[in-house]
Amino acid sequence: MKSIYVLLISFLFAYHTHSQEQYLTKNGAITFFSSTPIEDIKAENNQVLSIIDVSKRKMAISILIKSFLFKKALMQEHFNENYLESDKFPKATFTGDILNFDGVETVETKYDVKGVITIHGVSKQIVVPSIFKRNGETILVKGTFNILLEDFDVKIPRLVFKKIAEEINITFEFNHKPYN
Amino acid sequence: MMKKIICTLFICSVSFQCFAQDLLDVLEKETPKTDQIVTATFKGTRILNGHSIENRKDKELEFLISHRFGRVNLGFDELFGLDQSNIRFALEYGLNDDITIGLGRSSYEKTYDSFMKYSLLKQKKGANSFPFAVSLFGSVAVKTLKDFDPSDKRTFSESLFYVGQVLIARKVNSSFSFQLTPTYVHRNTVRINEDPHDIFALGLGTRIKLNKRVSFNSEYYFAMDESKSINARNSLAFGVDIETGGHVFQLILSNAITMIEKSFITETTDDFFAGDIHFGFNISRTF
Repeated sequence: MKSIYVLLISFLFAYHTHSQEQYLTKNGAITFFSSTPIEDIKAENNQVLSIIDVSKRKMAISILIKSFLFKKALMQEHFNENYLESDKFPKATFTGDILNFDGVETVETKYDVKGVITIHGVSKQIVVPSIFKRNGETILVKGTFNILLEDFDVKIPRLVFKKIAEEINITFEFNHKPYN
Repeated sequence: MMKKIICTLFICSVSFQCFAQDLLDVLEKETPKTDQIVTATFKGTRILNGHSIENRKDKELEFLISHRFGRVNLGFDELFGLDQSNIRFALEYGLNDDITIGLGRSSYEKTYDSFMKYSLLKQKKGANSFPFAVSLFGSVAVKTLKDFDPSDKRTFSESLFYVGQVLIARKVNSSFSFQLTPTYVHRNTVRINEDPHDIFALGLGTRIKLNKRVSFNSEYYFAMDESKSINARNSLAFGVDIETGGHVFQLILSNAITMIEKSFITETTDDFFAGDIHFGFNISRTF
């Protein structure tokens, strides 16, 4: 009987520590830019989900493609219908490890996050230099990186080729709060 | 005792499972369950001749040029109808995402038309899903061609035509959409007394997406109680949408030579299956 109590308590304890180690946000921000001499295109998504597991040094991100907002409604429609095909591939995801992780400090610390990014159904290895910072209870992670459209099988027709850059700049900022 | 141990082991195994759970699964679980409005049921604001449920977006202005040429069975001498042409040009504007207004002018009977289209209900996926989209369409057209006897001048109000439509559309999947369009047309003036002032019609339109940029559309309007003075026929059209950046090109084959509802639904006289087919196109430019 005693052993059962021990098990139960240890289970509760395990659950407790487990909850302390994960940090989550449901309204992370991702912005992307495409810049050409003809047209600058920008889109924002403020409903990105991101989670950090500090003890496992892991991070995961989930992005709903339809939540990207453009200035021009027609661009948003083309983005969803023709380029990212969000009916077929509703989400972009990232999952990876924080390399050489040594805890999150109240000063900005740079860590490389290495993992697999999946956009438009195509997965690719990527290393993203990111800045980690603790603000009270929250953990801020931010950074910027570039991706090539052709790496993710996103095809731009020749007629609009000059309006959309081949390399897209992505910036992100996530304010994670303790999860449960 | 044994039962309790098994029970505890079970709880532990469950908790272990939670523990080992992938971070992406946690995100999946935490994703808010929001409704998603189904977009791009049709590519343009027209299926072919008639309106689709699609609106211009907020503060967008569209310049629309449409042509319908002569009958292709006129033969080579008329370059398969291309020597003759009906044109409508129009400015259409999105007051907001749900209301589009427009003004147009057709060369056929020198007709001016104005319309308003309102998106009443949207097709949705998710927690509060809704299976189809409903828009309301109203139009007033005025015929300014002076085809009356000089002694019997037509007044302005006698030259008016009204159209009311309920557009009911469903995007079945990313490659197939259809629309049902109950229509009511009222003419203040008819040619002979036996012609009805009110005509009811039912439209059926479909869109089949062939690839990311091209779709095949068809549209048929079945009109009840048509005019006696002309041998009126139901309008039928087949065509393709070709999308390039900010434009949608529509290439059309139809037995109708006009591009507004009051005309092509009630005044079409050509027989598609006898070869009275008109080539035409709609081109739009959005600003």
